[in-house]
Amino acid sequence: MNDVMEVPSLPTVLTATLLIAGAAVTLIGSFGLLRFRGFYQRVHAPTLGTTLGTIFIATASMIYFSALGTRPALHELLVIVFVITTTPITLTILVRAARFRDGAGSE
Amino acid sequence: MSTMLAWSITAAQVLLGLAMACAAFRILWGPRAQDRIVGFDTLSVNTMLLLLAFGIRSGSALYFESALIVGLLGFVSTVALAKFLLRGEVIE
Repeated sequence: MNDVMEVPSLPTVLTATLLIAGAAVTLIGSFGLLRFRGFYQRVHAPTLGTTLGTIFIATASMIYFSALGTRPALHELLVIVFVITTTPITLTILVRAARFRDGAGSE
Repeated sequence: MSTMLAWSITAAQVLLGLAMACAAFRILWGPRAQDRIVGFDTLSVNTMLLLLAFGIRSGSALYFESALIVGLLGFVSTVALAKFLLRGEVIE
């Protein structure tokens, strides 16, 4: 654990707010995975939720570590770019596989 | 670390744990295989976010690298499972 007053107040508030917001958005997306009926409705919710939640939580981590000053805090941009790039690829391949399994996939 | 940040990290970890429970429910009771794969993808991304929250709590850079590795492995295995769904039906 760190010391008490090592981090100033504004980055702490920003980090806490972004963490709660990101976790809440992720929970909403995963709850949509639980609640929607068909597969084609169900595949939309977690991709949207996890993308926005990853952006929020990685931004919170970036703000907190740049306020701590222990390391240059641009590492989390890697996570953001990675998630933004790979989530549509996953969605596309999964929906293509599902359409093929439903018998619509001659294309 | 101030008290407010510690409580907010705990609350975020509880919310992410509930999200992982939703994804695990879809893995266990998914009606078809693609539902289980979507649940697995969501579970891996939620694990990555939980590791980022642990990294903020501990203040070390080690959790970030494990989060990146978990995210990479989740993406690669999701794509591999989806390609298996496509190609298994093609051979059959």
